[in-house]
Amino acid sequence: MGEIEDKIEDIKIAVLRIEGTNCEDETVRALRNLGVFAEAVHLKQFYSDIIKESEKRNISDYSGIIFPGGFSAGDYVRAGAIFSARVKSVLRKDLEEFIRQGFPVLGICNGFQILVELGALPGFDEDRPLSETPEMVLAINNSNRFECRQSLLKHENRGKCIFTRNLGEQVVRYPVAHAEGKVTFPSSMERVYINRLVQNDQIVFRYVDEEGNYAGYPWNPNGSVYNIAGICNVKGNVFGLMPHPERAFFSWNHLDYPKKGDVFSEVTSEAFGEGKVIFQSMIDYIRDIL
Amino acid sequence: MIADVYIELKEGVTDPEGESTKKALKLLGFDNVKKVSTRKVFRIEIDENDRKKAEEEIRQMCEKLLANPVIQKYKINWIS
Repeated sequence: MGEIEDKIEDIKIAVLRIEGTNCEDETVRALRNLGVFAEAVHLKQFYSDIIKESEKRNISDYSGIIFPGGFSAGDYVRAGAIFSARVKSVLRKDLEEFIRQGFPVLGICNGFQILVELGALPGFDEDRPLSETPEMVLAINNSNRFECRQSLLKHENRGKCIFTRNLGEQVVRYPVAHAEGKVTFPSSMERVYINRLVQNDQIVFRYVDEEGNYAGYPWNPNGSVYNIAGICNVKGNVFGLMPHPERAFFSWNHLDYPKKGDVFSEVTSEAFGEGKVIFQSMIDYIRDIL
Repeated sequence: MIADVYIELKEGVTDPEGESTKKALKLLGFDNVKKVSTRKVFRIEIDENDRKKAEEEIRQMCEKLLANPVIQKYKINWIS
């Protein structure tokens, strides 16, 4: 028991921010609630020479990285494109090495868009964790609207994705909040890529309806091909999803809270929601590799 | 030199912004509208006198940031 606690203290997770990210606080809070050290780190802290010594950081200081949700750089050019360009210009090698070494990288919503623009997802090549050019895109929702609501996600990963290892074959409820979330592959490669994702066990979450069936709009909020809501890279340590697990971290985040029979006074912040499993699985995995 | 760089969707890619704009135009009574598609234009002023070199540089910009080749293509239109 003591040993496990020691290891938890060694775990440090960075939630990267730049101007326009806006989910870093919830994400940091979720992680801290599970007992690990987590901090929101501005990208400049990794490279700028005009910041205080005490605020300088290295990727190697951390054992996990999260790209949070938000509207980084105002979603200008394309969602995630500018954040990704900045990461490429200053951190590309470090991030590639981090992924190659097996450390976990998670992208939520805008973070997923960033990982896609970086070429970290779909991430078919284990030796080159960031592809030269993007191999997919999270395109404008078919509805041409910002879709903000509860989504139901069927977990279909068979064990590769380290972020959902504590999750069985079940449906979870996380909210979506995005205008650009339609998983799109190059049209000539669509079938090939989907087959490859399935064969490699890279499909993690797919949008379903209340009966657990793959369904169209509004269950699939954006028109994603194959109802894809989240995928991991071929190694399983990079994971991106459009829905927000950090917004379903506590039981009171869920729409049906309090359930009939719940007594308010009995529910504390210790009562977790369905999003906890993502962060817990990430931490459990880091504990195993440290 | 100044170039207008047009970022457009590739043939066959759905254009939800164009589609819903078309719908709104029809509602306003513009019954003749057959198709609306969107594109983004970046006007880029570049400190370079050689057109060829400037064009190559702008291509690099498109490939590295301005366009995602999965669904987008780009066109360069020189203004001066």
